[in-house]
Amino acid sequence: MSTLTFRSVSLRYPPRAARAGVGEKLVLDGIDLQVASHELVAIIGRSGSGKTSLLNLAAGFLEPTAGTITVDGVPIEGPSADRAVVFQDDALYPWLDARDNIALPFKLKGVPLAERRARAEQLLARVGLADAGDRRIWELSGGMRQRVGIARALAAEPRFLLLDEPLGALDALTRTRMQEFLLRIKAESGAGALLITHSIEEALLLGTRIVVLSPNPGRLTAEIEAGFNAEVLNGASVAAVKASPIFKRMHAGLTGLIHASAEEEIAA
Amino acid sequence: MTLSTDIDTLPQVAETGEAERPLKARPLPVAIISAITIGVIIAAWGLASAYALVSPVFLPSPRQVVLALYNLVVTGFVDATLAEHVGASLYRIFGALIASILIGIPAGIAIGTSRLGRGILDPIVEFLRPLPPLAYLPLIIIWVGIGEASKITVIVLSMLPSIILSTSAGVRGVSKDHVNAARSLGASRRQVLREVVLPSAVPSILTGVRIALGAGWTTLVAAELVAATSGIGFMIQSAAQFLVTDIVIAGIIVIALIAILLEYVARQIERRLVPWAAHR
Ligand SMILES: Nc1ncnc2c1ncn2[C@@H]1O[C@H](COP(=O)(O)OP(=O)(O)O)[C@@H](O)[C@H]1O
Ligand SMILES: [Mg+2]
Repeated sequence: MSTLTFRSVSLRYPPRAARAGVGEKLVLDGIDLQVASHELVAIIGRSGSGKTSLLNLAAGFLEPTAGTITVDGVPIEGPSADRAVVFQDDALYPWLDARDNIALPFKLKGVPLAERRARAEQLLARVGLADAGDRRIWELSGGMRQRVGIARALAAEPRFLLLDEPLGALDALTRTRMQEFLLRIKAESGAGALLITHSIEEALLLGTRIVVLSPNPGRLTAEIEAGFNAEVLNGASVAAVKASPIFKRMHAGLTGLIHASAEEEIAA
Repeated sequence: MTLSTDIDTLPQVAETGEAERPLKARPLPVAIISAITIGVIIAAWGLASAYALVSPVFLPSPRQVVLALYNLVVTGFVDATLAEHVGASLYRIFGALIASILIGIPAGIAIGTSRLGRGILDPIVEFLRPLPPLAYLPLIIIWVGIGEASKITVIVLSMLPSIILSTSAGVRGVSKDHVNAARSLGASRRQVLREVVLPSAVPSILTGVRIALGAGWTTLVAAELVAATSGIGFMIQSAAQFLVTDIVIAGIIVIALIAILLEYVARQIERRLVPWAAHR
């Protein structure tokens, strides 16, 4: 059981500007956020609101201008396999086949070739790609690529999965299937997850908690809990859940919250 | 020689544009037009020499050149067969290629990854790059002597800039997501370099090597004209001194064919080694 904590985190671009004032921009302001192992926290916000910046901070790709980010109380120092990232544009390595992409985290740890390939095969099977190990990245469909990307992140055995709109580039049908897949994988892995999305529906369906990030500067303006996640894991069909009156009501509510934050911005 | 194939795609674009217009006759494929051009040149050459428009000392007939080529292969010229001359030249170019890869790739990595490396090496490369290799050949001969070492040194120097620059460009062009992904999967700085930065620079490095081969071949032949006792450049230089024009022309054709062959082989290697370069 681990917790990833943002405490009063702010981010200014460019970080620690050489020439203060020139092109400076406060992107995130006073972010307080916690993600525990059992949670899947969905961050929702319009494009440009700072979602990717927030995830990059969690990953350790960026350093906050102010505030601290800790894992179980220990401040993070740059990126680590503790917090594996799944990218929107998959970021798979085209010079490796699917299997070796997944095996990379094992390789980085010094696991011998035969063993890491065997373990990658297991992960391939787990993400439903048992026969795709030899395939080149460009031979895979968008959905398959994201499965490989997720398997690769799992191979790092992270305590947290950081997912930056992993399903954003997929067509609607594939996306629905992948949403359910993502839930199961997350639950099996036991890792906490931070999911970025700009789809209200996706946030509601997948998140145990949904936080709204409103832009200029990015602030967390609303937070709601949702239980649809558990319903799907207990066997309810995604279509049925999305069609239920309570889902629709919460969808409308969340839409209202996001619009309210937009209007606030205009008024300010 | 290195650029021609890239630029070739431009006229082809124009060609397709034409094809879409409602023409009665289908336009000739570019390859046919090229073949006709070559045929016309050879025919003009044959006529010029058949009617002795130019003295055969200056312009031997195509038949004579083919014969000279045959004699070169079978008996040779100035103590060596064509194969031996070509062998000597290829030995130099591949020796130089290996040396310039061994020096150029680490240098390119240093420029691409470290400020110190860039600060130290950039001025050297930028000084060397625009210099015609024959400009420093005399100095190299003074320093290293007239033997194999001076020729290989000159070729290495002519090959280095494109290998170094393409390596540093490849290293710098690595995708940020690719690097970040590795870091978030637990890679150390050294592992990021080995597992991500280098592999992703390979296509660029191979392109640099191919361009270097073209540059090296040009330099090699020129260096052999000036200072050598074997090699294809030396062969045509000797033949020219005795006004054996058919061998000079045969030699030039061989030089061109080898250049085309090197380019072709390099491209095939690129295609085999980095099939993913086309899919990025
Ligand atoms: N490297 C950067 N330098 C300066 N500004 C940036 C940089 N990256 C992002 N931004 C700005 O920060 C804001 C938030 O960007 P981002 O985190 O990518 O938002 P989102 O992922 O929600 O679309 C945007 O206005 C963007 O222009
Ligand atoms: Mg984004």
